[in-house]
Amino acid sequence: MSERSGDAEALGGGRSPGPVLAVEGLTMHYSTRAGVVRAVDGVSFSVGKGQALGLVGESGCGKSSLALTLLKLLPENAQILSGRILLDGMDIVPLPEERMREYRWSRIAMVFQAAMNSLNPVYRVGEQIIEALEVHVESAREESLRRVRELYDLVNLDPSLIMRYPHEYSGGMKQRAVIAMALACEPDVVIADEPTTALDVIVQDHILREMKNVRAELGMSMIYVSHDMAVIAEVSDMVGVMYAGRLVELGSTVDVFRDPIHPYTRALTSAFPSVTGEKHELTVLPGEPPNMIDPPSGCRFHPRCPYATDPCRSETPPIVRRGGHWAACWNPTGEGA
Amino acid sequence: MQTDGSRPLLRVDGLSKRFPVSPVWYRRSNSFVHAVDGVSFEVARGESFGLVGESGCGKTTTGKLLVRLMDPTCGRIVFDDGDEGPVDVSTLKGKPLKRFRRKAQMIFQDPYESMNPRRTVFDTIVEPLKVQRMGSHLDRLDRVLRMLGLVGLTPARTFLFRYPHELSGGQRQRVAIARAMVIEPSFVVADEPISMLDVSVRAGVMRLMEDLAARLEIGYLYITHDLAAARHTCSRIAVMYLGKIVEIGETETVLQSPKHPYTQALLSAVPVPDPTVTRPPVRIRGGVSPSLDPPARCRFYDRCPIADDFCRDNEHPPLQDKSSGQMASCYRV
Amino acid sequence: MDVQRAPRSVDHSLWRTRLGLAADRLRENWAAFVRARVGVIGLAVIIFYALLAAAHPVLMSTVWDESIYDPVVGYSFDETRQPAPPSLRHPLGTDPLGRDILSQLMFSARSEFMLGLLAAVVTVCIGTMVGAAAAYFGGIVDTILMRLADIMIMMPGISVLIVLSALIGVEHLELGLIIGVLSGFGGTGVVLKSQALSVVVKPYIQAARVAGGGPLHIILVHVVPNLLPLSFLYMMFTVTSAIFSEAVLSFLGLLDIRMSWGLMIHTTESAGYLTQVTEAWWLIFPASLSITLLCSSFYLVGRSLDEVVNPRLRRA
Ligand SMILES: Nc1ncnc2c1ncn2[C@@H]1O[C@H](COP(=O)(O)OP(=O)(O)OP(=O)(O)O)[C@@H](O)[C@H]1O
Ligand SMILES: Nc1ncnc2c1ncn2[C@@H]1O[C@H](COP(=O)(O)OP(=O)(O)O)[C@@H](O)[C@H]1O
Ligand code: SF4
Ligand code: SF4
Ligand SMILES: [Mg+2]
Ligand SMILES: [Mg+2]
Repeated sequence: MSERSGDAEALGGGRSPGPVLAVEGLTMHYSTRAGVVRAVDGVSFSVGKGQALGLVGESGCGKSSLALTLLKLLPENAQILSGRILLDGMDIVPLPEERMREYRWSRIAMVFQAAMNSLNPVYRVGEQIIEALEVHVESAREESLRRVRELYDLVNLDPSLIMRYPHEYSGGMKQRAVIAMALACEPDVVIADEPTTALDVIVQDHILREMKNVRAELGMSMIYVSHDMAVIAEVSDMVGVMYAGRLVELGSTVDVFRDPIHPYTRALTSAFPSVTGEKHELTVLPGEPPNMIDPPSGCRFHPRCPYATDPCRSETPPIVRRGGHWAACWNPTGEGA
Repeated sequence: MQTDGSRPLLRVDGLSKRFPVSPVWYRRSNSFVHAVDGVSFEVARGESFGLVGESGCGKTTTGKLLVRLMDPTCGRIVFDDGDEGPVDVSTLKGKPLKRFRRKAQMIFQDPYESMNPRRTVFDTIVEPLKVQRMGSHLDRLDRVLRMLGLVGLTPARTFLFRYPHELSGGQRQRVAIARAMVIEPSFVVADEPISMLDVSVRAGVMRLMEDLAARLEIGYLYITHDLAAARHTCSRIAVMYLGKIVEIGETETVLQSPKHPYTQALLSAVPVPDPTVTRPPVRIRGGVSPSLDPPARCRFYDRCPIADDFCRDNEHPPLQDKSSGQMASCYRV
Repeated sequence: MDVQRAPRSVDHSLWRTRLGLAADRLRENWAAFVRARVGVIGLAVIIFYALLAAAHPVLMSTVWDESIYDPVVGYSFDETRQPAPPSLRHPLGTDPLGRDILSQLMFSARSEFMLGLLAAVVTVCIGTMVGAAAAYFGGIVDTILMRLADIMIMMPGISVLIVLSALIGVEHLELGLIIGVLSGFGGTGVVLKSQALSVVVKPYIQAARVAGGGPLHIILVHVVPNLLPLSFLYMMFTVTSAIFSEAVLSFLGLLDIRMSWGLMIHTTESAGYLTQVTEAWWLIFPASLSITLLCSSFYLVGRSLDEVVNPRLRRA
């Protein structure tokens, strides 16, 4: 997998000078009683300043695990085996926990999956944001309060809500507050794990728009994790498709959607019905994501792949490049296949 | 699709459900949540009828009323599958209610909660047959095995005695579908059957439900907040807002040329899986306000981008035919 | 739909599979129980006392002479002074009335078990039904059952028993029933109701209703089995409290029973030996230690069961 690090940098970081975040050959394992779970396996990509990378894949493909690894917020049974995470050119993998704390939140922040439930119900929302702020920036209370008011403004929340408790917020409001909290220290990179999955379309639309505006306004980079291809299409400049802990396709959103190379990407796009345009037959992707303790040999997608051939079963697929993106596949689909 | 032109499978007429706000049995409440408020529609035999709307607008409550998991406050639900004469579901009791339960089933939203964790797949699927005392033990086993095959859990034997925690979300939802279908109902309420499932599994479950509907001639009430899924499965849809149906008609017509401002807003909020398209911004604020003792005027007034004084001073607009069978309740269309 | 007959063998293997599943579950739970450790200690103590109880009638009909070793009317003529300290004939000595203490201890163990289990079974049967019914029906049924529970909880158990024993004469059977009813309609019922409340709102209950299942079907098939783990736990706690109440009541001399550990202490006390721990230790320790040990071992088993039924407490 090591050959891939170069490609990612060349392609992903193409649009802007020097990437803010570059990941090279990152591998992370959980050790469990049943065996070693290879949740992140040789992942490489980079995100330029102001860019948004979307990560898609079925549940259990390691999207959240990758996000947690980037922040080094891992449970005890997890271990980063190899790879580098370069934040502005500096590798944070070897950093001890105390140093990491300075980076977390102030340089790289995260909106967690089901974040609405991550607010502590017994404290006022504003206080929780101030607390998160004060860990990193020393400031007077009025100062922090003013900052929180700015943040609420940014995510379109009424400032009168600052001193209210979480249960007085609706789902969408809580999600906005959590986003405000992630933006508190103006980090360079924000990772949002399924930020709108539990919300209604109208609320989702508002929040996605706000996150887009904030990104443009503050010039920060973002990584969106979602299983919804349509959301990814709307918010991100680049898409990475994950399968069984590996990145199987990476490239600019337009290219990946117009001309997917990997059969898995193709299956994901056509598994969705759409409200506009032609009514197409839905393709059903058979089977389930693989067991990550004992993943299939060769291409991990081969047990479910309609194009699988002999080499797929035994050998790691080669990188195929087309237009602005690459994929790892023996029998790429689409043009030139 | 309608086999018996004049008589629909289900005719809902002015259906309402109010929940008292302080539910203490000995004290009468004078404040109510109007969860469902004068809803009327028809479902033909073998038809998939969609009910869409934001969370909290009363979709699930409508579904539960139709299968009599709740008693309606007022309104009629006339069910007629051709076997016996039409029955009014809202007043059924005792034996007739139990007979009705052979014909109307429900699939629940959360596959993780709709199976009893202490019962095996077999116990779960066989339950309707058992409580309805249908068939001998062996017949029931046959039917369960056949049903497992139909919903794609093969080889069926290996699934019979699994517990829910040994199944994935998609597999559980298939078990839930098998349970609903095993007594061969003629009407099924499917409450967001795919929203908790993984992307890759969704298409499979949707297709399964279509297949079964075609094979067993089942009429669906398909509840969802996902317009794309509704478009894919339903021939007609109704859009609900705060307990009222605000638009109803053929799915393609409603989605291609929505008349009600709420339907338009919902549609414009659906993300488009095409990075080259930029959606215009949605024109309404997010979040449904609770329908607690709502004022008489148009329910959508507070969020409506085109509301005017007439809307403020008049009652909630009635459903009117806006173009060849497409009905909407709005004064300004 | 064409019905294709399944071969008969499926029907047979069906029950075998079910038994296998039940065994698997049992094995899994046992493993969790053993991992919790304290429960195993508790269980060992309980088995020890069960063996003692079982051995008593055997000893009485073989090696022990009834006139000497009867726990109530026996008298040890060999001893010159009563109470006599432990000897070969009387391993735990004799009481102030010349009766063999070991025999009393073993004889009482059986009735303690009967009392405890009776109280526990009554508590759990009533408690699960009360809890399930109150949660499932709600409304007026719930209100009536819960007001009843309030009364049961507020009623001071001991003083009720004092009054009752004065009126009707309370033996082990009555005592077990009273304790069972008090706690079944009272505290246990309330706890099980709150558990049942989280069960009755589950979609699978609604699915069962849509299938046509009546209240009895739903309560018995869906609600009660999901309460069983918790009620098992309360069963253990009831055993403890029953044994303990019996000891207190016997000590106060309020029960019409022939022999019990509480009564042994009562005898010691009325003969004035209770404070002379150093001189007549064999009068006090066997009975009081047995009460403590048996009560705490049922409690320990209960705590381990808690770990078994409550996966969140299970160690990874
Ligand atoms: N048992 C109940 N008691 C009181 N209010 C209720 C009850 N059930 C539903 N409601 C209220 O009725 C309204 C409609 O609820 P319903 O569950 O039907 O919405 P929904 O459209 O299905 O939403 P969702 O998408 O979240 O499932 C909501 O305001 C809800 O709070
Ligand atoms: N704390 C953990 N211990 C062991 N395995 C875990 C842990 N967290 C996640 N996993 C496993 O790692 C894989 C990836 O999970 P996750 O990153 O949550 O996927 P996604 O976000 O795509 O749903 C899954 O197989 C999951 O079971
Ligand atoms: S390498 Fe082979 S199995 Fe893997 S995605 Fe490509 S064609 Fe399919
Ligand atoms: S009636 Fe008026 S307020 Fe209601 S939807 Fe139409 S325009 Fe808006
Ligand atoms: Mg995740
Ligand atoms: Mg609902």
